[in-house]
Amino acid sequence: MAETKLREYTKEEIKEIRKTRTPIPEQDPVARGKNFDEVALGYTEEQALREANRCMACKKRDCVAGCPVEVPIPEFIELIRQGDFIGAARKIKEKNSLPAICGRVCPQENQCESLCTLGKKMEPVAIGRLERFVADYERMHGSGSGGEDVKPEPTGFKVAVVGSGPAGLTVASDLAKLGHEVTIFEALHKAGGVLVYGIPEFRLPKAIVQSEVEGIQKLGVKIELNSVVGKLYTVDELLERGFDAVFIGSGAGLPWFMGIPGENLNGVYSANEFLTRTNLMKAYLFPEYDTPIKRGKHVAIVGGGNVAMDAARTALRLGAEKVYLVYRRSMDELPARKEEVHHAIEEGIEFKLLTNPVEIIGEDGWVKGIKCVQMELGEPDESGRRRPIAVEGSEFVIDVDTVVMSIGTGSNPIIPESTPGLELNKRGYIVADENGATSKPGVFAGGDIVTGAATVILAAGAGRKAANAIHEYLMSKVKN
Amino acid sequence: MANKILEKRELRSDLFFFVVEAPEISKKAKAGQFVIVRPTENGERIPLSLADINPERGTISLIVQTIGVTSTKISTLNVGEEISDIAGPMGHPTPVKKYGRVVLVGGGFGAAPLYPIGRAMKEAGNTVISITGARTESLLVYEKELAEFSDKVLISTDDGSKGHKGVVTEVLKSEIEENGADLVIAVGPAIMMKFVSLTTKPYNVKTLVSLNPIMVDGTGMCGACRVSIGGKTMFGCTDGPDFDGHLVDWDLLMARQRTYLAEEKEAMEAYTCDCVPHS
Repeated sequence: MAETKLREYTKEEIKEIRKTRTPIPEQDPVARGKNFDEVALGYTEEQALREANRCMACKKRDCVAGCPVEVPIPEFIELIRQGDFIGAARKIKEKNSLPAICGRVCPQENQCESLCTLGKKMEPVAIGRLERFVADYERMHGSGSGGEDVKPEPTGFKVAVVGSGPAGLTVASDLAKLGHEVTIFEALHKAGGVLVYGIPEFRLPKAIVQSEVEGIQKLGVKIELNSVVGKLYTVDELLERGFDAVFIGSGAGLPWFMGIPGENLNGVYSANEFLTRTNLMKAYLFPEYDTPIKRGKHVAIVGGGNVAMDAARTALRLGAEKVYLVYRRSMDELPARKEEVHHAIEEGIEFKLLTNPVEIIGEDGWVKGIKCVQMELGEPDESGRRRPIAVEGSEFVIDVDTVVMSIGTGSNPIIPESTPGLELNKRGYIVADENGATSKPGVFAGGDIVTGAATVILAAGAGRKAANAIHEYLMSKVKN
Repeated sequence: MANKILEKRELRSDLFFFVVEAPEISKKAKAGQFVIVRPTENGERIPLSLADINPERGTISLIVQTIGVTSTKISTLNVGEEISDIAGPMGHPTPVKKYGRVVLVGGGFGAAPLYPIGRAMKEAGNTVISITGARTESLLVYEKELAEFSDKVLISTDDGSKGHKGVVTEVLKSEIEENGADLVIAVGPAIMMKFVSLTTKPYNVKTLVSLNPIMVDGTGMCGACRVSIGGKTMFGCTDGPDFDGHLVDWDLLMARQRTYLAEEKEAMEAYTCDCVPHS
């Protein structure tokens, strides 16, 4: 399979390259702040080979334990070292259906890479970048998603999957590979869930999501777009219509607002709306695309997670002169990925830390400024992070014309309201066991609708576990 | 789902009636609900009320007034063509039960979504009075349709060319004073629904209004459609579209509806000048 003329590294060379990870080429920060093209350009074959040779192939394999879906990391890196890039991609796909996506958006620094043995003394192996490289290589040179050439024996069971985000796509692909007939019901007009409406083009090109979706369709998975489960069909109706099991992966729900005065002024967006208009509806190409968005000159993003970083960097690309990230704790508590924070700083996003909005000031119905209060950190709260406390008399106003609230989401009521017998927790999320089983027989759930907003890989991991549980559930029905 | 256009009628130069094939939606939809429509690949998603629901035929009816690019694009589609995307039914149905005397007030093409609501109210055993108005007789729509089930259809025109000379709220006021009402349902422009609510308030007649804030997904995900009801922020799509008209913050609704006026103008200019690629 080796198509590449391999560069042989001598022992001395390996000793030397192990010291530093191979940098990934990126667009210049000033240039990229004005376009929606991908920021990181990806490894060349040479760079991937160099980075793969940094892996010590240690016996501990802690990296695998750090991965929510247990990708066989040392094995796929070994295949890269041998020049078998397609083999490496397929090796990952044994455990993760979405490597091109996870290679880009996983918080590897807190997962696999944080446990890398090499990382104890030097920089850890850039596992995420290698994952991305092989997935991209396979997409460009290989034969689709892999595995679809081996058609499984049909089991005759039908499974409905609600939502085509990372959880739904993983469940669908796993179950299809086991021979079940899978239909995904997607509420929007495009498949991919948060991968298409939420994560911006510059961090995850939509063509890549499309390619992953097509790979799953090649496995025989059907996708019904514009199908809002809970409205068009209830979960019970899906079961009555001949589906033997239902997986609910409907994702993060309603956007939260702070409940402060002025929050309904024109120019105040939820991050979901801001990102959906831009990414899914392509408002950045307005008026070629019909969906508009306010291109604020001075924009405040409230929040500190990955979504806040995405919103801030999107505002910049829409033409903002000044983008402030308003976060009530300090840099140390920022929940966003380090890499995204670093990219945001490079691009000129101004961090207003230990700052909490108390009012949005308007003029003629439009945002004019955001009144904030300075915070200081007290004792740790139930989340383990130091509790922010307002400093008395410290109010000040930041002049902005647009505010994006990125402080999280609550559960969406559509499925709970329409599904009697589905147990919910007190915050309205679906109660499911570690394998995704809910209180309703045959109904499974996973991803953000169970855990609240989390990461792509955790949703995919929940999908994987649920797929196994659904398979077991279906196969036990045969015996009866 | 095909979304094929089976019928198209021009009701006025700016008002188009469509019957669209949507078997699954038609089986599920109830009066008062709406759909989210994206007419073409580059199109915007907009909410449209259901003007009729026919589960036997597997169709839904939509009425579109050409205001912006999206509605204009829909109006150019012809019988046999397909609407790219229709998602729904969204929102909660209008609560239909026996109230007694139900007065429907339609402003502009708001009379269209009142059609399935009024019919359902009639079937539930109510006396149904319909009030509809326009600037002048030639702009009146849906008079005949409302008459199909209404015990009485009352008309008003600004110029007096038909029915009462004046506005619908004057007709509504005298109807309430003469015969009383147990429920008023108003559908139309926000300003009209606001004045209907102000009219019914002194008589303490329960008034349902179908709000039409700007929306994107229609499933509660984006929060664009937030409205203030009795001082509480709610979402038009998942909490509505019907709300108690006496509790609505109308000024906020109208202000938020104006968010994209400048962009709508720009989009319309770009669409009509043929200077940007469109589909």
